[in-house]
Amino acid sequence: MGKVINIQPITRIEGHASICIHLNDDGNVEDARVNFMSLRGFEKFVEGKPAEELPRIVNRICGICPWMHHLASNKAVDGCFGVVPTPAGHKLRELMQTISHAEDKLLHFFFLAAADFVIGPDSDYAVRNVIGIVKANPELATQVVKMRQMAKMILDRFSKKTIHPVAGVPGGFAKPLLEEERVDILDKMRQILDFALFTMEFAKKEVFPKYLDTIQVLGVIKTGFIGTVDNDGALNLYDGKLRLMKPDMTFEEFSPADYTDHISEKIIDHSYGKFPYAKSWNEGFSMDLENPKGIYRANTLARINVADKMATPRAQAELEEFRSLFGRPAQATLLYHYARLIEEVYACERAIEILEDTEITDTNVRAKVEPKAGRGVGCVEAPRGTLIHDYTTDENGLIKSANLIVGTTHNLGPINMSVNQAARLLIKDGTYDEGTLNRIEMAVRAYDP
Amino acid sequence: MKVNVASEWLNSCSGCEISIIDMGERLLDVLQVAEIVHLPALMDSKYFGGLGDGTSLSIPSADVGIISGSIRNHEHLEVAREMRKQCGLIIALGTCATHGGIPSLTNSYHNEETLERYYNTESTDVDKKDKEHGYPSVDIPALLDSCYALDEKIKVDIYLPGCPPHPDHIFHALVSLVQGTEISLPDKSVCDTCPTVREGKGKLKQLRRFLESPAYGEPGEPIDKMRCLLEQGFLCMGPVTRGGCGGDGILPRCISARVPCRGCYGPVRHEGNQRLDMLNALASNGIDVKSLPESTSLLRFSGGHGMLRPKFKRKEI
Repeated sequence: MGKVINIQPITRIEGHASICIHLNDDGNVEDARVNFMSLRGFEKFVEGKPAEELPRIVNRICGICPWMHHLASNKAVDGCFGVVPTPAGHKLRELMQTISHAEDKLLHFFFLAAADFVIGPDSDYAVRNVIGIVKANPELATQVVKMRQMAKMILDRFSKKTIHPVAGVPGGFAKPLLEEERVDILDKMRQILDFALFTMEFAKKEVFPKYLDTIQVLGVIKTGFIGTVDNDGALNLYDGKLRLMKPDMTFEEFSPADYTDHISEKIIDHSYGKFPYAKSWNEGFSMDLENPKGIYRANTLARINVADKMATPRAQAELEEFRSLFGRPAQATLLYHYARLIEEVYACERAIEILEDTEITDTNVRAKVEPKAGRGVGCVEAPRGTLIHDYTTDENGLIKSANLIVGTTHNLGPINMSVNQAARLLIKDGTYDEGTLNRIEMAVRAYDP
Repeated sequence: MKVNVASEWLNSCSGCEISIIDMGERLLDVLQVAEIVHLPALMDSKYFGGLGDGTSLSIPSADVGIISGSIRNHEHLEVAREMRKQCGLIIALGTCATHGGIPSLTNSYHNEETLERYYNTESTDVDKKDKEHGYPSVDIPALLDSCYALDEKIKVDIYLPGCPPHPDHIFHALVSLVQGTEISLPDKSVCDTCPTVREGKGKLKQLRRFLESPAYGEPGEPIDKMRCLLEQGFLCMGPVTRGGCGGDGILPRCISARVPCRGCYGPVRHEGNQRLDMLNALASNGIDVKSLPESTSLLRFSGGHGMLRPKFKRKEI
């Protein structure tokens, strides 16, 4: 009878999960898996509620990316009620989403992930965290806190409520952007872009080179990828078509409304969350490390792998450098961090583009909507992956059914595989320590679940 | 001397933790006087030890325990009890912890109904499901029969409602705790702190759904020039919701965005019933409560404490 290692809870991630590693009598890994512990049942309890209320209910799925759920939900309700948001309403939504991406990536990189790289994966757990970074590098920490707070407060001041936002509404946005607000936000976003470029350089000099060996082996698996692209094949976070790519780079593209033709979800006995897989590949589902079937990944690395290019110049230059180093598609799991910083640059550049568009201050921000029967699929790229909200309404515009596939959900299978791979790589003949177990968790943290 | 703080999240979304981080540079000040000993969102302390071989769940002891989220499964319950045992004071952070919050909308349904829907959606592989094995249950905590506010299961010393609580309130509460002074939090309703223009009871008979913009004059006009949203005919939960969402800035947040209040700070009195109180308020003003499309949503933030229950089903046999 072997031994069970129970890493619970997985820390410095957003959700509730644990890792169970079963060792055989020789102390080698027999099985390693991730248990996803929570079920809240939004799909059920939104039934019967007025559809226009959903963007203010489902944002509670996630307090880190509430804008994503808020906006995907608004898009789904637009679809149910057959309304097209006004141009300014559409742009204000994208502006909020893009700035929220910029804020989120700073939060993840510095507050959650960086300790493993800046303090070190084997350091004492008491200092291996953002508080340790504050003590070790107070100057950088102060700057990080200031910049992340600046992005957050742009959202807060303009939209009035940014954790669990309310300003997106079916038909558009609840309030227009004033010219003086536009000028102020533009100035701040330029400062945040400078910080994003600084962070990129910092990571390329101080972080990634030191861990190149780890990056090339830890949690590495071979999968397909999903992400949203525009008509030119460039990465888009707010709107576009979904591109589902196989490991060999061949891909299919489809409208989010057709997601059930391409994606299906498996029920797994050790997880409340279901595990999605690519149904359209017609190969079934398997998490076998040597020969996975139907497995694709979402989130930053996936998006920059499926996109032919970035739509903004600085981000494009970073993507080209990334591809010259790691190829396309890049499969190394820890490269999610690198991809995250490229997207950070894109998000800042894109926000600036939107703010330089004169239409953004148009006061016609909201089209009137009428409740009615219909179906709407709202999709945005959340920081953690492709987010799908699918609603149907009855003739009074009350929710008849709702189906949700949340960003991280796409990665549940891959996270499980990366942990399995990392455990087998690192635990040999019963030899492991706290640092080893933390490295296994690093394979999870890269996905920012 | 530093105050030791342990923090946990249960059936939650992490919004409360982000609100702590949203204290911004004040967070750095707090870290000068508070020593965080346990906080899964940001640091690596484990229930079963660093080598994952412990046999019972343990959390380090602390002067102050902060808990966000409601209690929905057996792990939440075990963690909440351990926190109570290890911490001198327990703060219920956020409306999920104080009143059940949005996830307590699930209390309108039996677990079986929720599981049945979630594992049979349009994108789920249903045919492959082995009915005999039932729903997932290996190494994951079983659900409780309902979604509970914290004080239904453990004693709570301090309530800090809000979805999420404003960073200003979190900051003031932590400072008061460190200094040993009384924590003072807003206890009036949203309405009492809302400066929109009220012209008094009168002609309004029907409520409209929030499908169009309210009238608010010029785009930059402050909200004290805007007519009360309830008087404009939109359901606004301000009369029956605890105020304070605007923090030190005072102005109610959603109403400042030209959007009516939905009650995220929970009832004005801890034990209040937001649905009953709102329906009473509407009826006493001569407004037809049947003009609401449904009323379960009025308890969307406070469905714990037995406020929301599954529909009664008459016995068939």
